[in-house]
Amino acid sequence: MTAAVEITGVTKRFDDVVAVDDIDLTIADGEFFAMLGPSGCGKTTTLRMIAGLEFPTEGSLQIFGEEVGTLPPNKRPVNTVFQNYALFPHMNLLENVGFGLKMKGVAKPETTQRALAAIELVQLGGMEKRRPNQLSGGQQQRVALARALVNEPKVLLLDEPLGALDLKLRQEMQGELKSLQRDLGVSFVFVTHDQEEALTMSDRIAVMDQGKLLQVGTPEEIYERPANRFVADFIGQTNLLEGTVADATTVVLENGTRVAAASDHAAGTKVALSLRPERANLATRDAAPSDGAGIDGTVAGITYLGNALVYRVALDWMEVEVRDENRPNADRLNAGDPVRVIWEPGAVAVVAE
Amino acid sequence: MAGNAQQLRGNTRWVLSLNAVLVYVFFYAPIALLILYSFSDDQLVGRWGGFTLDWYRAFGQNDEVQNALSVSIRVALISTLLSVVLGTMAALSLERFRFRGNRIFDALLYLPVIIPDVTMAVMMLIFFTSLDDIIGLQVTKGFTTITLSHVAFSISFVSIVVRARLAGMSETLEEAAQDLYASRWQAFRFVTLPLILPGIVGGALLALTLSLDDVVITQFVAGPGSTTLPVYVFGLIRRGVSPLINAVSVVMLAASVLLVVLSLVAQRARGGSVT
Repeated sequence: MTAAVEITGVTKRFDDVVAVDDIDLTIADGEFFAMLGPSGCGKTTTLRMIAGLEFPTEGSLQIFGEEVGTLPPNKRPVNTVFQNYALFPHMNLLENVGFGLKMKGVAKPETTQRALAAIELVQLGGMEKRRPNQLSGGQQQRVALARALVNEPKVLLLDEPLGALDLKLRQEMQGELKSLQRDLGVSFVFVTHDQEEALTMSDRIAVMDQGKLLQVGTPEEIYERPANRFVADFIGQTNLLEGTVADATTVVLENGTRVAAASDHAAGTKVALSLRPERANLATRDAAPSDGAGIDGTVAGITYLGNALVYRVALDWMEVEVRDENRPNADRLNAGDPVRVIWEPGAVAVVAE
Repeated sequence: MAGNAQQLRGNTRWVLSLNAVLVYVFFYAPIALLILYSFSDDQLVGRWGGFTLDWYRAFGQNDEVQNALSVSIRVALISTLLSVVLGTMAALSLERFRFRGNRIFDALLYLPVIIPDVTMAVMMLIFFTSLDDIIGLQVTKGFTTITLSHVAFSISFVSIVVRARLAGMSETLEEAAQDLYASRWQAFRFVTLPLILPGIVGGALLALTLSLDDVVITQFVAGPGSTTLPVYVFGLIRRGVSPLINAVSVVMLAASVLLVVLSLVAQRARGGSVT
């Protein structure tokens, strides 16, 4: 099957700044694909290159097998939902949604009919005579979606589409977007800096930083087996314990503790163990390490989150966070209690720079 | 205490009202007098001699006045059209593209707004003379030179007004249009142009008014047989004043007011912000 988007060796430079640095990326047809990274990582530039709003400096960019490198945006079978929606303020809702079809030369009756159907699809029926400034943020967001989808794009690009909405509305729209995508079966390429949003919605995620593509994978792969230190740190919360690879199954921590952890790095490589707070457990000092390892420390502080408790544990050389579900009748630890941090085998991931 | 404060507020209000009245008197008394004396049946400009429409009749019949009026209107229309096109293009290029010398061009564009009319007038005069001297292009002083000079100063005003409008308009809108299959031209035609139109109309009316009003520059570059109405009026004063001036001035005033009202209506009709 032909990939929806095939990016090969693409680099984008703005004068001296390298915004996107030699990336390869394949986005399958019908996939919900998120591009995740901190601001300035190149994710939006990559999206704009797919849209045709920027042209790659080097490399090849294909949409359904057709090379589109320097094709202008109006000649591409993709549509974009812009970050601040970019609705035309001088047109009403119907004219906004019908704009693409009008430019394509679709006959007026059909344009109106299809635009109305798209407005209905995003649940704004009856509002087609309103101007964008008469709509709320959430409604504007839906108009932007309808305006793009009405053209039946082969790939829909979304540039931080939920960034301007408040939390409640954002969570609602996340669900709607996901089910819309499933119903339409069209590829959605979604740019976000919100890792939780990416994990919730996507089939696959690409993590970018400083113009480089660090890892592409399912949410689970990215969370469980981060490709490097940055990904481990950026996706979710984690404790990074510095150490050195001893052999294929052992890592020696800074304080000399030998930990069972599989990695394919050469012996002597400086690595870090990524230990998620919810994967670590606290036990008494005399508890036997359950194959993983145990590191002794002292409770330094407790944060009450409602559904969970987060203990800050001071080790000899650093502090780690351990998260406990807030169960009834569970023994609470207090600051100053001596503890041993333990974890199940396979609970840690080994990451290099 | 409370009574005192109230008293003070009362005084302030009274003084401010008086001030407002004085300002309006200061503004409008001369205009009222001008209009009044334009209907006065007396050979002297500032003396009331009974009601008459003779001066307006003279205005309608005087060939020189008619000729000057016709030149004024043609110069204003043509120079406005040219400066709107050029000024809008300048505004678009400065606001939407980054090119070498961008900032210098930007600064230079404002120059005609700042420099005195007389300087501008001398510059234009020298320019037309040296066209002949240097490249042998003969430009007869008259309609063409007046029009070109008016274009020269109007461009700045038009582009300032249009740029203000463009600056408030997100570039993403044009990108969105192109993303929705519009060519660059269509994006301009259906998105950019309607959104900056109030600016363009405002700039055009400004250019029209400036052209109709200008005396100094026009006087320097005008030739025999082609003179605009304000320059003609100015000439009349030197030759000995007749109340015809009053009538001519009232007509010009009425035209200016009409333009201002039109521009306000145009702005309101388009209404709304561009964000």
